[in-house]
Amino acid sequence: MSEDKKSTRGAYGDALLELGEADENIVVLDADLAKSTTSIKFAKVFPDRFFDCGVAEQNMMCTAAGLATTGKICYTGSFAIFATGRAYEQVRNTIVYSGLNVKMCPSHSGITVGEDGASHQTVEDIALMRVIPGLKVVVPADYYEAKAAIKAAARIEGPFYIRLGRPSVPIIFNNDYEFNLGKAIKLKDGSDATIFAIGIMVSASLEAAKILEKEGINAEVINVSSIKPIDVNTIIESVEKTRKVVTAEEHSVIGGLGSAVAEVLCERLPAPIRMVGIKDLFGLSGSIPELLEYFHLTPQDIVLAVKNLVYQ
Amino acid sequence: MSRSELRKRIEEKSLILRRDIIRMTGEAGSGHPGGSLSAADIVSTLYFYQLRHRPAEPKWRERDRFVLSKGHVAPVLYAALAESGYFSRDILWTLRKMGSILQGHPDMKKVPGVEISSGSLGQGLAVANGIALGGKLDQLDYRVYVLIGDGESQEGIVWEAAMFAAHYKLDNVTAILDYNGLQIDGTVSEVMEIRPIVDKWRAFGWHVIEIDGHNVLAIIDAFAEANTIKEKPTMIVAHTVKGKGVSFMENAIDFHGKAPTKEQMKEALKELGEVDC
Repeated sequence: MSEDKKSTRGAYGDALLELGEADENIVVLDADLAKSTTSIKFAKVFPDRFFDCGVAEQNMMCTAAGLATTGKICYTGSFAIFATGRAYEQVRNTIVYSGLNVKMCPSHSGITVGEDGASHQTVEDIALMRVIPGLKVVVPADYYEAKAAIKAAARIEGPFYIRLGRPSVPIIFNNDYEFNLGKAIKLKDGSDATIFAIGIMVSASLEAAKILEKEGINAEVINVSSIKPIDVNTIIESVEKTRKVVTAEEHSVIGGLGSAVAEVLCERLPAPIRMVGIKDLFGLSGSIPELLEYFHLTPQDIVLAVKNLVYQ
Repeated sequence: MSRSELRKRIEEKSLILRRDIIRMTGEAGSGHPGGSLSAADIVSTLYFYQLRHRPAEPKWRERDRFVLSKGHVAPVLYAALAESGYFSRDILWTLRKMGSILQGHPDMKKVPGVEISSGSLGQGLAVANGIALGGKLDQLDYRVYVLIGDGESQEGIVWEAAMFAAHYKLDNVTAILDYNGLQIDGTVSEVMEIRPIVDKWRAFGWHVIEIDGHNVLAIIDAFAEANTIKEKPTMIVAHTVKGKGVSFMENAIDFHGKAPTKEQMKEALKELGEVDC
């Protein structure tokens, strides 16, 4: 794999190895997807602290909760659809209501699962997790941010949802990157519009900003990887300057980043918003580039959304 | 202590729990007395005989754990915790009231001695398995007890967890099935048959013991037997009577989730031998 592109799920196995080395309280569970989530890396080195739960995600979540009550820091893998959909009520009632130290880091979120199609592509997981009281929700933009966030979660008491993905995505950060929960990161300064983005749409937004620059539009790009808690100050500060907002996410426009940013702005600083995301649709089978185009999740789609605001 | 003295001592505690359950739900005006009463002898034998625990030190690392999977019978757990000294008995009468630590279903963040928040059925066995794994990883010899309902056994996750416990040879897990035969919509057999329940647990790889869940000596013996079983979890199928101890509540489905009226409360407390009610 080339160094300019790496998957965020790849960061999971690598982060777990480092965590497992440093702390024997790290315990990892998976639900028959250890190869896909990459937790297999941990399983091979620390077999005594890895438990495969079989195809039983609800059971995995409650087992993790039990382990957490004994002082373990428990990481759970699966596909995002099953971790959040199948096991929703276990996550809500047994893990988060009790505030237990379980770090849910499922992979294969969004439509970039690709060929498996809609049953395996969750476009609503952020919405589901974001509404659970007190749950911390993180959507890393690249391999290094994913690794830093997964490691940081071990040091912060309480449950986490860290959304990881299947495909290789462009590298934005480097190994020295420090993840700060609750902090949005400005990746490019701009004055004409602000693009708030998460996950794979962060690199797409940076590309969109380059295209826009050639056309004389100066867009600010902010990575809102910490969806909850959300960085209200950084959002307000940027929009006070630009007064125009585009959100970009590989998720339904209902309940995800677009909604989260709108919640902040409509109370504090109303501004026109265009949401680039999936429009109340299920996914589809197809190659990743085909799907990104079909669901309007390309840099060009972000460019159009920004222009739509700037020239209106 | 002779067995008959032991029996007397535990039965006296069961009676206290039963009176508390009636008074708590009666004062609250809601709650689940039926299943609390059916589980009273099991919970009493756990807290006043079987569990290795320190009420003054609820987070003691080496304690045995009790997971109440059928969280709606919170009153019997709260009564046992108060009687053990985890918190003042006065708090019992605040059950289900605004500001009380005693929520309608147990909240581990509010109540000392509650090992896990529960109430959503089916989840306790999986939690117990996690606690048991933690004990094995830490090389601590505590045991994990988990009380499951018969209606609750209709939840799929119970069987996922059953598979898991057997697969990982969790011999430090002892589950107890409070088999009172009634659930909200009718008898368990009418609503969704769970029999042959003993065969089911055996088929899942568990050691199974079948007892009368109101015979405290049988409960003690079953716990002792479970302690001797290696490489297998144990399920104690305890045949019980819903509403046990109060004549008009026994086998009365309505008292699953309905509190006694003030009149019924007085009547029940009289039956349970309370003099000044």
